[in-house]
Amino acid sequence: MTLLSVRDLRVAIGAARPVDGVSFEIGAGETFALVGESGCGKSLTALALMRLLPEAARIAGGAVQLAGTDLFALPEARMREVRGGRIGMIFQEPATSLNPVMTVGSQIAEALRLHAGSADPRRIVELFAAVGIPDPERRADEYPFQMSGGMKQRVMIAMALAGEPELLIADEPTTALDVTIQAQVLDLLARLAKERGMAMLLITHDLGVVARMADRVGVMYAGELVEIAPRAAFFARPAHPYAQRLFAALPDTASRRTRLATIPGSVPNPAERHAGCRFVSRCAAALPVCGTVPPPWREPAPGHRVRCHLEAVAKIGAGGTAPTATAEQPPPPAEPLLETHALKVHFPIRRGVLQRAVGWVRAVDGVDLSIAAGRTLALVGESGCGKTTVGKAILGLQPVTSGTVKLLGRVREGLAPGEMQMVFQDPFGSLNPRLSIDAIVREGRPDADVPALLRQVGLAPEMAARYPHEFSGGQRQRIAIARALAVAPRLLICDEPTSALDVSVQAQILNLLLDLQERLGLAYLFITHNIAAVEFLAHEVAVMYLGRIVEQGTAEEVLENPRHPYTQALLAAVPKLTGTVGERLLVSGDPPSPAHPPSGCHFHPRCPRAAARCHAAYPATAVISATHWVRCYFPD
Amino acid sequence: MKFVLLWSDALFFLLVVTAIVGGLWARRIEHLRVSWRRVGQSRVAMAAATLLVAFVAVALLDSLHYRERLPGEGENYAVEVRSALDALLAGLRTRTEKTYSAPLATHSFAKETIEGEGRDFPRLKYGGAHLGDELGRHEMDIALRAVQGLALGLIAWLALWLAGAPLRRRATHLAWEAVFATLFALCLVSGVAAALAGGYHVLGTDKVGQDVLYLTLKSIRTGLLIGTLTTLIMLPAALFLGILAGYAGGWVDDVIQYLYTTLNSIPGVLLIAAAVLMMQVVIDTHPDWFATAAERADARLIALCAILGITSWTGLCRLLRGETLKLRELEYVQAARALGVSSLRILTRHILPNVMHIVMIAIVMDFSGLVLAEAVLSYVGIGVDPNTISFGTMINTARMELAREPMVWWSLASAFVFMFALVLAANLFADAVRDAFDPRGAR
Repeated sequence: MTLLSVRDLRVAIGAARPVDGVSFEIGAGETFALVGESGCGKSLTALALMRLLPEAARIAGGAVQLAGTDLFALPEARMREVRGGRIGMIFQEPATSLNPVMTVGSQIAEALRLHAGSADPRRIVELFAAVGIPDPERRADEYPFQMSGGMKQRVMIAMALAGEPELLIADEPTTALDVTIQAQVLDLLARLAKERGMAMLLITHDLGVVARMADRVGVMYAGELVEIAPRAAFFARPAHPYAQRLFAALPDTASRRTRLATIPGSVPNPAERHAGCRFVSRCAAALPVCGTVPPPWREPAPGHRVRCHLEAVAKIGAGGTAPTATAEQPPPPAEPLLETHALKVHFPIRRGVLQRAVGWVRAVDGVDLSIAAGRTLALVGESGCGKTTVGKAILGLQPVTSGTVKLLGRVREGLAPGEMQMVFQDPFGSLNPRLSIDAIVREGRPDADVPALLRQVGLAPEMAARYPHEFSGGQRQRIAIARALAVAPRLLICDEPTSALDVSVQAQILNLLLDLQERLGLAYLFITHNIAAVEFLAHEVAVMYLGRIVEQGTAEEVLENPRHPYTQALLAAVPKLTGTVGERLLVSGDPPSPAHPPSGCHFHPRCPRAAARCHAAYPATAVISATHWVRCYFPD
Repeated sequence: MKFVLLWSDALFFLLVVTAIVGGLWARRIEHLRVSWRRVGQSRVAMAAATLLVAFVAVALLDSLHYRERLPGEGENYAVEVRSALDALLAGLRTRTEKTYSAPLATHSFAKETIEGEGRDFPRLKYGGAHLGDELGRHEMDIALRAVQGLALGLIAWLALWLAGAPLRRRATHLAWEAVFATLFALCLVSGVAAALAGGYHVLGTDKVGQDVLYLTLKSIRTGLLIGTLTTLIMLPAALFLGILAGYAGGWVDDVIQYLYTTLNSIPGVLLIAAAVLMMQVVIDTHPDWFATAAERADARLIALCAILGITSWTGLCRLLRGETLKLRELEYVQAARALGVSSLRILTRHILPNVMHIVMIAIVMDFSGLVLAEAVLSYVGIGVDPNTISFGTMINTARMELAREPMVWWSLASAFVFMFALVLAANLFADAVRDAFDPRGAR
């Protein structure tokens, strides 16, 4: 039975058509995932369904039927009953979706009053219990700032459930959350949808999340749906060249240290008019007809529909820049380039008139790392574990509380601009908008050879005269890399360099980092929470939890044979493309605050294997092999 | 004739030259050019700018000071310092009546005992004097002059329009239609005023018979000077301290914050009053410092600007500190630090250009507030020198005029209309500048 039917939906912003003729159906109790890169129009589609478009945008055509009700024909007053009542919605950023000056309980009560008539306190507690908030009576009286991101997202879900909706729209519900928390929230959503027979429209850019959650998948590209398929069929045989290339661009173990397939070019501007297929300029298998005639829908298998001219779409492989094997890596040199010993960074917590330190946030609490020239050490951990602080402390941007940083065997204090550089996460914040690219690249060395550096990172030398706002996120990240390379460093500290980028662009940057390492013999300290990128790039992996390294070893050892329960949980929580939900080790709860770390092993409150001695003292290092060690009482 | 360069003249010219040079320089910097182009595309902003340019032109004419050579032997010059505007408006300046007269009147406002005729409204010495005894022609004459003035204005506007043709062709993206629409209104109003001023007092006369139109035109310079010089004086302190507090942090930040919180907690008018009175004492005890009364009044004007500047830098300083705190943590500043760039260079290359939009917005937003502040301060008697003609002093004297029966309304009304036009134009322009320079609005 069809619950929601969208017919030829069009959204206009001025002359641009960010959503241009989207049609799909969602059955009752079904989870439909809309996948696509940023700017493809998936969020606008969802907002258009709710008639909540931003002011500049308007619905230019189409029809939306919710169980027989034409949503676009309803007066605004009736539409308000539909929002929250029949369609619930949760957003990406739980931190800004809740009112900070109201208790979460009263915010739920508000939703209940609107859609259920009365706000029974028992119902609030029930909802909180349903979304897995522990101690619901007490938590209802808390304010949003007292809750963690995962808890806030649970509150948002509870609020969306208050109206007993038939359809839940989840717009990137877990993008802002850590991977272990993401796993919890996704499980919760899947359970709720099943229990309540609730349909779900899941909007995401993460194919792993799709594989985990969706019954059917719709792939969006430049405002159009290009493929609709049941999950199994989609992941087994993606039909549209765009979908195929997206899969090929994903880094994983199989593609370790080989070139990832990338999609050349970028998403077309929504203001552009298209005669034929929108993907034609980036498609490796494009035919002459692709450029002139809009592709028809065809159905290679029942329920699997694709919008492409190519007859044998299923036969096209990843194509184009196929993965190419690279030369075998030389064995690690004996002399480490960088060593840290018992590195500690503590921030004082100041209180009172005299601003005396009443406690310390142990952001980094005794970290030993060592990176050899030409090697990549990945520092993996969730947000707040102190991994960025480690990077800044090594670089000298952050004063060190105690411990040493040795560069080529010599203890170093302060900055070493010629030896170490950093590439930052946010491509929009890392370039000064007031300077030309030429000035930016010359920042560290006024006599730098800008054209050569730009070529080195895959940009045209003519771009030097332009300004950052003319560049896309991936190009900006390349510029930031060129700026760091200008001073010819030996070590590049990459702080989540790809987490703000789309999958296809991420592949380009990862390829670039690999190229540069091979050509220039750079060493990387690769700070990330993205396990897939670690699998692709890293030689060694260090897993960090609450200021300390809990497990370290070569990439194969740690990723294939994790010993610490936290590493195991972290790896298990990453949604796999196969969608196979095996026996997963789920950790409950949130990471504790580094201001008040738990006694003993920091992980014991969340650890399924915790024993009495785990409460008592921090475990000593247990050596697994010459390169692999773990700090756990149960290293087997 | 001997030129006199008052301190305020020098500063005002410097300001105008800086603005022109800054404008030429901004054409070469891409992001500034883009922002200013956005201002230029806004009709409201261009209309407001046209009006502001007209005001600035009047003020510039009023800033070319000279002393006339006295007739007779030797190098003797008049004590009065006059300006180019005074020379242009010599007719208005010299044709003073005995006392109040209403706009366009032929007779005085108050009855007087006239020899042989008892008490009556005496004829004005200049207002409508050309009519002679044919007082019946009064209204006809006004209408005729008004029509002449309109024609004159139209011709002037057409001339401007033709002269502006190449400009319009060259810079097609600017909102020229708004400029010429404003000029059209401006030309017509000034045409009528000029035609009428030949025979009448267009806006009446004040207590001592001075032409009110002349007074209001002279007030423009004072208002503009206070609005711009004050910002100029406070800007270096606000910029330096704000950025320093935000970037250095620690005890430097504490000291600067302490300074401006303390300064902010003293009632502003009280502080200004105390400072103005002290300055008055200094000026009065050193009459030998000033050659003319104009110089003394000028010194007081500049001192007032300085005092207003010293008490008003805190707001901008606080804004700049906050913005710098944010910028300091941005990744491009971190990257610059990692590259070993010196703090001074980070401040000038990364922080300063990225807070300039706040400075720009603050300058134009503060301007109207300061013009109004001058009016208020002069009204309570701690503003400009009583000899300086300003909106504030005009409003101050209007206090007594409003209490008269029948009321003398034209002095206050003229000051009000001119100041309103100036402040409204400045506010509208400021709004457009803020929209164009605010990075959140940028696309």
